[in-house]
Parts: sequence; C-alpha cells; structure tokens
Amino acid sequence: MLSRTADHLFWMSRYIERAENLARLLDVTWQMSLVPQSLDAANQNWNAIIALNSLEAAYAKKYSEITAENVLRFMVSDADNFASIHSCLRMARENAHAVRGTITTEMWETLNSTWLEAREKSFEQLLNAGISEFFEWVKMRSSLSRGTTLGTLLQDKAYHFIRLGTLLERADNTARILDVKYHVLRPHGDEGATDFYQWGALLRSVSAFEVYRKVYRDAITPERVAELLILRDDMPRSLHFCMNGVVKNLDLIANSHSGETQRQAGLLHAKLHYARVEDILEQGLHEWLTDFMDHIYMLGDGISKDFLAPMAEAA
Amino acid sequence: MNFYNEMMDANDGVRAHYQGYDQWLKATPAERIARKRAEADLAFHRVGITFAVYGEEAGKERLIPFDIIPRIIPSAEWLALQAGLRQRVTALNMFLHDIYHDQEILKAGKIPAEQILNNAQYRPIMQGVDVPGGVYAHIAGVDIVRAGAGEFYVLEDNLRVPSGVSYMLEDRKMMMRLFPELFAKHKVAPVQHYPDMLLEKLRAVAPQGVSNPTVVVMTPGAYNSAYFEHTFLAQQMGVELVEGRDLFVKDEVVYMQTTQGPQRVDVIYRRIDDDFMDPKVFRAESTLGVPGILKAYQAGNVTLANAIGTGVADDKSIYPYVPDMIRFYLGEEPKLNNVPTYMCRKPDDLKYVLDHLPELVVKEVHGAGGYGMLVGPASTKEQIEHFRQLLIAKPEGYIAQPTLALSNCPTFVEEGIAPRHLDLRPFVLSSGKCVNMVPGGLTRVALTKGSLVVNSSQGGGTKDTWVLED
Repeated sequence: MLSRTADHLFWMSRYIERAENLARLLDVTWQMSLVPQSLDAANQNWNAIIALNSLEAAYAKKYSEITAENVLRFMVSDADNFASIHSCLRMARENAHAVRGTITTEMWETLNSTWLEAREKSFEQLLNAGISEFFEWVKMRSSLSRGTTLGTLLQDKAYHFIRLGTLLERADNTARILDVKYHVLRPHGDEGATDFYQWGALLRSVSAFEVYRKVYRDAITPERVAELLILRDDMPRSLHFCMNGVVKNLDLIANSHSGETQRQAGLLHAKLHYARVEDILEQGLHEWLTDFMDHIYMLGDGISKDFLAPMAEAA
Repeated sequence: MNFYNEMMDANDGVRAHYQGYDQWLKATPAERIARKRAEADLAFHRVGITFAVYGEEAGKERLIPFDIIPRIIPSAEWLALQAGLRQRVTALNMFLHDIYHDQEILKAGKIPAEQILNNAQYRPIMQGVDVPGGVYAHIAGVDIVRAGAGEFYVLEDNLRVPSGVSYMLEDRKMMMRLFPELFAKHKVAPVQHYPDMLLEKLRAVAPQGVSNPTVVVMTPGAYNSAYFEHTFLAQQMGVELVEGRDLFVKDEVVYMQTTQGPQRVDVIYRRIDDDFMDPKVFRAESTLGVPGILKAYQAGNVTLANAIGTGVADDKSIYPYVPDMIRFYLGEEPKLNNVPTYMCRKPDDLKYVLDHLPELVVKEVHGAGGYGMLVGPASTKEQIEHFRQLLIAKPEGYIAQPTLALSNCPTFVEEGIAPRHLDLRPFVLSSGKCVNMVPGGLTRVALTKGSLVVNSSQGGGTKDTWVLED
C-alpha cells in the first residue's frame, strides 16, 4: 500500500474517532453542568476542555470569558478552530476523499454525508434543537463509519491502518477524559448525591455506565471507575483494550524497520496488562495518565516514521 | 437555423429508435419522473460525483447535471462512427510516431514543417524515442457533433488527458438503477467493461520484458477538477492511485513509496499534462511531477499513457491536416468529416474571418474546456470587437469555423422538456494495432437555451448514451 494512502486512512479514522470523543467529553461536561454546582466549579469544567487541547491562546482571541455557550460554540462549530468537531468531521472527510478509491463506497458515503450534514447545521440551530441531540448524532455517525468499515472493507492492510488510527486516538482520548474529570471530581471528595451523578455522567460519556453496573454490581467509587477505564481488557473504550488492538494491528503491518515501534507498543501494553489500580493511584493518576499519553504520542510518531512518511529514497 | 433533432424527424414524428422510449415516457406519470430525478440528484451528491470548478471558491465542488432522457444511437450509425474513429485514431498515432522519428509527412510537404517544429506542443525530447507498440495516444476522447441534416463531424481530437469517461459509466449505472424497466425493453449495448478494457490496454504497453506489470493511475491531487474520475478509474481497475510525491526515480527506474518500502512501477496512466510531469525537464516549479521520470521514460523502463508530446497532434492548428494524415498514412479517404476550418495565420483566411465574425466560432489554438472562444451568433457587438482586436494582434493564435447547427435532443429543463444541443465523446483505446472502444461514449448537453457550449465548466450536463443492438 502507498505510504500516503496509509497516512490518509490512519488520519481519517483518527479524526472521526476524535470527533466522537470530543462529543462525548462535551456532552458529559454539559450533563454535569446541569447538576447544581458552584459557578466556580462550572467554569473550571469548561476551562479544562480548552486547557486539555492547549487552545487557551486561540480561545482568548475570540472570547473574553469562559462560559458554557462560548466553549461549546468554539469546540462544536468553529471552523477556525482546528480541534472543533466541525473541523474534525471536515478533516475525516478530506482524508477519505484522498483515498476514496481505497475505501468502500459505503464508507465514503458515510463520511461524505456526515460532513455535508454537519456543514448545514448552524450553532444556533444545534442549541435550539438541544445540543445533546447533536452529540448523539456525532456518536451515531462515528459508529456508522466504524460499522461500514467492519461490514464492508476487506481486512487487508488498509483495515489495519484504520484500526490503528481508531485505537490510538481512542486510547489518548479516554485517558484525557479520565484525567480531566477525575481531577475535577476527586479533590472535593464531597460524598453524596452530587458525586454519584458526576461519576455517573463520566461513565456515561464513555458508554460505561451499564458496563460498570454489570461488572461491579456495587456503588460507584473513583477507584473502580479508574480500574474500568484503564485496566479492563474487555471494555471497548479502556486503555487496555485499545493497546491490545494497537499491538495486534501493528504486528499485521510490520515492515523491516518497524521493530522499535512494535517494542514500544509491547512495553506500553505490558504495563497495562500487569498493572494494579492501587499502584496507579498511589503513583498519582494524573502523573500516570500524563506518562501514558506521552507514550501514545511517541507511538504515533513512530508509526508515522516507519510507515506513513515517505522513507528517504532508500531503494 | 434548423437543427437536427435526435428524437423527432422533420414532420414531428418520433424516429424509429426512440419509439420505445417515447411510449414509456408518455405512459410514465410526471410525479414518478420528478421523484426519480430528485433521487438521481441526491445519489450523485452522496456518492460525491462532483467536479471542482477553476476560479470559484477553492475546493468548491459542483454536481454535473444529469438528464434522464437518453441519447440513443441506432446500431448502423454507431458502426459507421466506430469505423471512422478507428481510422482516425490509427492515423493520428502513426502521425505521432512519424513526427518523432523520420518526419516523412513533413518531407512530403503535406504539413508545413514550421507548423510542427515551432509548435509549443512538439516535444523535441521525444525525437527518436521508441514507445511500446508505437502507441502514443492510448486513450483518445474524440469530440463528435452532428449538424446539418444529421451528418457527423469531428470537432476535436483530445489526445492528452481526455476526461469524462467516469460520467459515461456513472450515468449508465444511474439509469439502470432508476429505470430498470427501460433496459428490459431495449437492447442497450453495455459499457461497464470499459475499466477492464483500459487495464488490458495499459498492461499490453508495458516496457519490454515485464510480464506482470504494475500499473498505476497518476493524479495531480484531490483538488483537480477530474479527481473523482481518477479515483474511480483506479478503483475500478484495482490499481494504486498515486500522486507525484508518491513516486521517485532511482537509476532510471520508477518506484512508489509503500508501507513495505519502495515498489517498482511499470505503466503510468497519468492524468497530468506534459508540462508538470518532470521538473527537471519541463516546468521547474512543478511539484506535481516526479524529478527524473523523463529519463526513466526515455530509457524504456516505464511507459507513460498517454505518451509525452501527443499535444502536437490534437492542437487546433494541426486539426485541419488530419484528413490529409489519413490519406498519407492509410491511403484511405477519411470516413469522418472535419469541420471546415479557417487558419487565421493565413492572410486570406484571416480576412474572411474578420469580415464574417458574427457568423463564426473563433477558438484559441491552444485553448480547451470552452474557455477563450467566441461564438459569433451568440455574442454582443463588444465581444465581437474584442475578438477582432485579439485576432489582429495575434492571428496565428486562432482558428475559426462556421457555426454548426448542432443537433439537439429533448431534455428536462426548468420549463419542462425542451430541445437542447449536444455532442458525443467516445473514448478510443489503442495498443499496438488494436483499437477498441465501448459502444457510445459520453453525451454532453448544453442546458442553457440556445447555447452551443457543452463543457461542464460552462454549465453543461450529461446524458446516458445508448447504442441499440439490432
């Protein structure tokens, strides 16, 4: 497969996954903001989203203060913000456009019509219709995209690069959601109803509320939430699950100089495979997640160098 | 002016080959037709069968309007056309081989040598280069119109990177999806095997000694107006779609960058003009091409389709000589008509053209796509005077032709069904002695009332083209 084709496939899947996770993060923040809380806490939540994506400067250029509506407008519909859902859907479609001969018609039609529809929606229309409805729509479109990929694409190298992009992006995004929300929730430590709703919203944001119930059949505790989202290897949005897939798909596309990247992926995977949640929490969840995200970044870099960027004319 | 109507005869009777369709149209409720037309629009949009328009907002894409009334050609007419196309493209390929080798036709005085040797499309770098099978124009898109009492004329021979074949195929797919019952009633010759035929031709012109060639389609990129077609053809043939940056040359061999390392490339169906192919030879600033690819090509290590330098045969200043080429190389009389052409570089012709501007069509010699032309009868005084100045300033840059009474065909437009002018572009494939084509081609239709310009960039649409089998 052409390196450039692999690059487009990899980023196509990263961008649609990123749009989905951003919708999840914004949705959970929105849901949490509906539960009574201090203005300070509310602003801290919205601010975290901007900080999480290192968008402080770009945001400050457009808005003087952090409000729910401003942040939503900036992260949902702003075409100038390269990290907005709008931009992610556009980039997913642009990358798909560049390889539409490689992906199936169904996959292309899904991403193309997602972009065409998203482009038609003004922020005001989205607000009026209920912003959560839009987040649901983004999640469904991402699911549809994954579904057409699974249901129609030959499982050759193209498929492996797509899976790799999806899983790497998801690992990063789940880690981010957990990091930012755990942080906001934990220090207060005020037990009780509010806390239950907040943790519940976090679990729902990664479609893990029912999963939690099924797995633990017990009250929601921060430790178990961390364990579920980091270590459960059968929970499709957990870090462990994602790394299982990364290692597997990397093996399937290996070439003569990808050994080091595979080793790095294996190491990261082993760390999850043999970790205990007590140890992670003792080390400090924030530190642990930051380290994990750094490794994910390095893996992406390695994949890019080994497969996607034209190798210097090394015939 | 009287126009030949493809569907109706002079007494408003329905021509024999349109009778079946006419009955169907009359029996089909208007709302079903309207629903189907909307369905077609939606499907074309969703599938992304669009083209980018130069000069409009960057990256903007438009739909090429699709008309559901087919252009029907009876079998006998097609067989005559096909024979004429075969003859013409064969002669054009022989001409190109001759020009880049012994130049017999110039020695015989059939064409003034300076017309060739001073032509910007003549590529001295091709002199003496042998290409596999002696084929230069592997893919030709010959534009044909019908005028007067229904006789066919060749309007131009597109031998560089003719486009539109994907619309021919998608139009057929759409018609079969919308109105399967029509295909049960008519024996419409199939066209869907075009990509297979193309792949077979490309494989047949692989460099010597390569038994299982790697074929690729080369595109200028996603912002090119015909990008949809490039991806479509690569996908249909099951070959890689590459850009210049995916390729590199080492020791006069072309490779593509893959996730498993470099892989050798043997045949390139390139959809990029000569000028952009190799910055070491042509435009140095071009980033679309591949440095050193011309050397690999001259060494015979890679085949380019079409060959470098085919523009010298489809240039509008050379067009008037094609009938003579056919006589010279094949010893036959041309089966297809040329449109009478005034070469403005000749003082007598120029004088005639300047005296008759309001009746003539004036074209830039190197123009394409319907840009830079004057349609006398449809132009204002100012436009005509503007062209008069252009002609006087640079007569050799223009040719002129009588305004042809292009045939028309009933077409769905806003006010209902009305006649609109059309042309036909068959796609002629050559490898060695073998010249093939799928029946029909792309029918383009000018949707603006009275307009004679069918180019999609000028608001043209397309129709499915049916060749009826006996």
